[in-house]
Amino acid sequence: MNLDAKIPEGPVQEKWTNAKFNYKLVNPANKRKYSVIVVGSGLAGAGAAATLGELGYNVKCFCYQDSPRRAHSIAAQGGINAAKNYQNDGDSIYRLFYDTVKGGDFRSREANVYRLAEVSNDIIDQCVAQGVPFAREYGGMLANRSFGGAQVSRTFYARGQTGQQLLLGAYHSLSRQIGLGQVKMYNRHEMLDVVLIDGVAKGIITRNMVNGKIDRWAADAVVLCTGGYSTVFFLSTNAAGCNVTAAWRAHRRGAGFANPCYTQIHPTCIPQEGEHQSKLTLMSESLRNDGRVWVPKERETAAKIRTGEMLPSEVAEEDRDYYLERKYPSFGNLAPRDISSRAAKEACDDGRGVATSGFGVFLDFADAINRLGRDVIAERYGNLFDMYENIMDVNAYEQPMQIYPAPHYTMGGLWVDYNLQTNIAGLFAMGECNFSDHGANRLGASALMQGLADGYFVAPYVIGNYLASEIPVGKAGKIDINDPAFAEAEQVVKDKIEKMLSIKGNTSPRSIHIELGKIMLDKCGMARNEAGLKEAIEEIRKLRDKFWSDLKLPGSSDELNIELERAGRVADHLEFAELMCYDALDRDESCGGHFREESQTDEGEALRNDDKFSNVSVWEFKGVGETPVKHVESLKFEYVKPGVRSYK
Amino acid sequence: MSSLGKKYIMALSGLVLVGFATGHMVGNLQMFLHPDWINEYAYKLQHLPYGLLWVVRLVMLTCVVAHILTAVMLVLENYKARPDKYVAKASLQGSFASRTMKYSGVILLLFIVFHIMHFTIQNIHPEFLHLETQLEGVGTMHHVYDKLSAMGKTSVHDVYSMVAIGFSARFWWAPVFYIISMVVLCFHLMHGISSMFQSLGLRNDLWRKRLDLIALVVAVIVFIGFTSIPVACLTGIIEPLQGLAVAH
Amino acid sequence: MSEKNISVTIKVWRQKNSESAGAFETIKIESVSTASSFLEMLDLLNEQLIDADKDPIAFDHDCREGICGMCSLVINGIPHGKNNLQTTCQLHMRSFSDGDTITIEPYRSKPFPVVRDLIVDRTAMDAIMQAGGFVDQRIGAAQDANALPISKTIADKAMDAAACIGCGACVAVCPNASAMLFTSAKTSQLNMLPQGKPEKDRRALRMVRTMDAQGFGNCTNIGECEAACPMGVSLDFIAMMNRDYAIASVKECLGMVK
Ligand SMILES: Cc1cc2nc3c(=O)[nH]c(=O)nc-3n(C[C@H](O)[C@H](O)[C@H](O)COP(=O)(O)OP(=O)(O)OC[C@H]3O[C@@H](n4cnc5c(N)ncnc54)[C@H](O)[C@@H]3O)c2cc1C
Ligand code: HEM
Ligand code: HEM
Ligand code: SF4
Ligand code: F3S
Ligand code: FES
Repeated sequence: MNLDAKIPEGPVQEKWTNAKFNYKLVNPANKRKYSVIVVGSGLAGAGAAATLGELGYNVKCFCYQDSPRRAHSIAAQGGINAAKNYQNDGDSIYRLFYDTVKGGDFRSREANVYRLAEVSNDIIDQCVAQGVPFAREYGGMLANRSFGGAQVSRTFYARGQTGQQLLLGAYHSLSRQIGLGQVKMYNRHEMLDVVLIDGVAKGIITRNMVNGKIDRWAADAVVLCTGGYSTVFFLSTNAAGCNVTAAWRAHRRGAGFANPCYTQIHPTCIPQEGEHQSKLTLMSESLRNDGRVWVPKERETAAKIRTGEMLPSEVAEEDRDYYLERKYPSFGNLAPRDISSRAAKEACDDGRGVATSGFGVFLDFADAINRLGRDVIAERYGNLFDMYENIMDVNAYEQPMQIYPAPHYTMGGLWVDYNLQTNIAGLFAMGECNFSDHGANRLGASALMQGLADGYFVAPYVIGNYLASEIPVGKAGKIDINDPAFAEAEQVVKDKIEKMLSIKGNTSPRSIHIELGKIMLDKCGMARNEAGLKEAIEEIRKLRDKFWSDLKLPGSSDELNIELERAGRVADHLEFAELMCYDALDRDESCGGHFREESQTDEGEALRNDDKFSNVSVWEFKGVGETPVKHVESLKFEYVKPGVRSYK
Repeated sequence: MSSLGKKYIMALSGLVLVGFATGHMVGNLQMFLHPDWINEYAYKLQHLPYGLLWVVRLVMLTCVVAHILTAVMLVLENYKARPDKYVAKASLQGSFASRTMKYSGVILLLFIVFHIMHFTIQNIHPEFLHLETQLEGVGTMHHVYDKLSAMGKTSVHDVYSMVAIGFSARFWWAPVFYIISMVVLCFHLMHGISSMFQSLGLRNDLWRKRLDLIALVVAVIVFIGFTSIPVACLTGIIEPLQGLAVAH
Repeated sequence: MSEKNISVTIKVWRQKNSESAGAFETIKIESVSTASSFLEMLDLLNEQLIDADKDPIAFDHDCREGICGMCSLVINGIPHGKNNLQTTCQLHMRSFSDGDTITIEPYRSKPFPVVRDLIVDRTAMDAIMQAGGFVDQRIGAAQDANALPISKTIADKAMDAAACIGCGACVAVCPNASAMLFTSAKTSQLNMLPQGKPEKDRRALRMVRTMDAQGFGNCTNIGECEAACPMGVSLDFIAMMNRDYAIASVKECLGMVK
């Protein structure tokens, strides 16, 4: 597997500039001859499709929702980072770069991260020009808030709906291109396979979710922007429809899957309430600016609270353990996500957890309300407090919130080089579905940044460069969908569907997904160990056999069939989950979101093993149930020297 | 025509109609004064110079016609936009008046037709045409009286008695229909007067509340102003100067 | 947090596809936790149906946290159910009591044909956006964000409009099936901001005409939309669009807008 990262020459500050200069360009008259497929309409997808369409390429964009505006980017609440230093608090591109590499626990590629920090400022300019209504100060200037893992205030936001506003901005631009006919949009189309001709990506196969029609689509380049795979845990902060299918199908066709075990468990989510639950809701991390995290010092007190004998507010100050402030004085409640999450788990495993399940900690606003007054807090977090009350039926102005970590973001993804191209020529991966910028842990407000950086600012250069250098104008757009490769891929898709429908067993896809989620959360979640992971692999295999032998699907393939859609995604999760465990098992170090119990300091902090693991694990598919083969891309740190990632 | 174009027409024609109705209501209240007041007033209107009367009538007619035609278009198009109806019915903040504009409108149309036959063309009681009376010169518009007496003729059409008789208990169904129509008008205006500002884009959060209140007040005043007359005639507070039979 | 189990009767619209005729089906569902959301109740119901070899009820949903606008449903005659400022996915079963009968219908309006059961096709709203719901600006070529100060008042008001999640409840609830609240939220957001000013008139004209062309009804200022809107989008924006369109039309007659 060729893992040449194609990192440009020169000092990190000049790499992107050099790259942009060296990229080949497609002359304006020829652009319309080239066709590009973009799968996904999130920040990365909509951004890329709109930008490429605007440049004159022939773009086809696909999404599984009924409108591109509904991609899960819409759910992002907190904000987006940029090194504008509008607050004049000492921020800079270099500091954002530094924080992100450190935040990623020294497992990301310096060159990519620097580019991300570099374009971050252009992103804000771009979004404002689009009419994104960012929060402002009375002077009319943009407002900022601070976020986990940073000591500067560099996060731009639009109420609690930043992701929505950024996505709508991209959707506006996309809509414009659709109106102009530059982009053809295909809603309710699920991509089920990538088509390679002579090892080069030339198209995709989709299922029309309304009438079940299987279609072939050809293009000179295919860009996957299909988001993350947190739904492998079933319960997560992701949308019900989020899936690993697109990425996994590409992986099965030969694309390397990088660091699948790097998953982020977000510290501030609403705890699970019962079996019925279908999703976990995130409470924006910004709450940690004013909320104080604690659990009772004594197990007995915690027990009383769980059973309702005692109200949290009745616990005396000296009987409370503000564990984040205690353990990480300088960052306190704003300690990075992986660290905060693990601390919460520790407390609960220690029997001091709250919430009915015992898996919850308090996020307390009493002090903030005393200090700033209820109105200020309401002004800052009103919508989040309402959301909390609606779900938990508790008024957080009077009683502290209960929170618990939940699967949220996946740093792992398809391996890509500096040009965001996978190891398959012509197949690109952008946004959350690639592995590129966040190493082993992502800092808050940096995924929106990456999605838009990839879509608006990287895509136009790297796609143009690929087309200009690999596909002569004469051959542009001349791909025959009757090529055997298309027929073969279509058959694979149809066979899978028919097979699932023909089982006629007794287990619903949803119940299998729930089982899978339990296994993953329990054995490949916040803390992992060798024994557990080995068990997990066995259990996943059993579950997969159960799926293929006892699945029950209503209806047929040629109609709108929600269970068939679900089953297809679960099937891919069942294969992917195994790879995730292999990766977690193989990486017997702790870093960022990946915590191996075997590898921790005496204080129970994550312990990296840089000699052995200062690299990217890239997996090659060898067949379902076969042991995947690992390849490595080693990481060089010339600027940010790996150190113990201390937030004390 | 665009959906908003229709809204503008509804609003503008509605505005004129509201203006007329209120003015008309005030004029009609002269019924509570000495008969000369309304009679001179009516004479004045009938003898406006330069055919102004017909100008006004034409404007009114256009507004009513435009208002109705647009209303019909709106109703038909909106019906088409929701071919399948909901089984479970529920309403949130939309007022009763706002949902029933089309029905109140139709009743108003019937009223206006009847009303014009009643008092303008007077073909419901042709005898009305022969109601004449001598002015005594106690009305406001002295010049009317002076002019007439100068011409040595001070008898005018007795609108006072026409209305009084038209609304008398003897023809009870007329005043009853009027009163019902006035209730309907009241509802129509309750929504209409505020709604027209919304249609013209001259409303915001703050002013919506104010305008809704203003609309309510105006609608009620118009209602009271108009109904007071048939009520007064029915109850005999206002009595005709002469009976129908004695028309000479 | 005092949760209990209730049983309810669901009267739900079933329709195989846009061609076939639909009908109501009545199903009873036992022991639903009041802590579960309305959609989780439907998940449970679907599991039951699958067990009984019946087709599950098809409904739209994705984020399940009230922001993507994908969930729809008219519950007991009200889009997104009776609670204010909530989407269907945020509605919880504790809003119902034991023994209730709940009627669930799809959005009803000509531009939103039923695709299956409770799923409707809302692409008509995308079409309105494509006509002018954007700022005509070259991606990647923008001046510094702070070079263009915008008063907090305007920014906040624009955000109020921008909050629209494009769910279509305003259309579903409007007795005239009018899309005015949605369309006006979009025109107003962009027309208010300096970035959108240059295309103000053009935007108003094109978006309103596309809205009409899609077959939505005419607004008669009934105001149900505002009450049903999960994001509390205000009727002010309708007034604003009425104003913008009037001015634009006049300018158009005078040949001042292309
Ligand atoms: C609740 C929540 C809050 C968050 N808050 C923040 C925050 O405050 N700041 C921050 O920086 N980041 C945040 N994130 C992370 C961030 O929102 C995401 O990482 C980012 O938006 C991903 O964008 P994307 O374009 O890569 O993917 P998405 O936005 O998920 O888009 C995926 C697209 O791919 C399509 N798709 C997927 N599979 C298929 C298929 N098989 N066929 C066809 N189409 C397919 C979907 O239809 C969709 O259009 C948050 C994430 C969540 C879940
Ligand atoms: C003659 C028969 C009439 C019919 C059929 C009729 C019908 C209607 C209808 C259907 C509407 C609602 C349309 C909308 O709100 O956009 C309306 C609005 C209105 N009507 Fe009438 N109406 C009639 C008479 C009147 C009269 C006599 C008046 C005033 C005295 C009046 C004043 C108004 C006003 C002010 C509005 C509000 C316009 C707007 O909302 O922009 N109408 N009418
Ligand atoms: C009880 C209430 C009313 C009374 C006593 C009344 C009285 C009259 C009279 C006496 C006339 C004839 C004037 C003349 O020709 O000398 C008249 C005309 C008219 N009235 Fe009324 N009216 C009443 C209510 C209304 C209402 C509610 C409306 C409509 C909103 C209305 C609309 C008209 C119109 C359009 C004319 C014809 C004017 C013309 O062109 O001559 N009236 N009314
Ligand atoms: S205006 Fe409100 S109801 Fe209408 S689409 Fe937007 S959010 Fe939904
Ligand atoms: S409910 Fe309908 S009539 Fe207008 S004000 Fe709202 S669109
Ligand atoms: S499912 Fe996203 S808003 Fe309801």
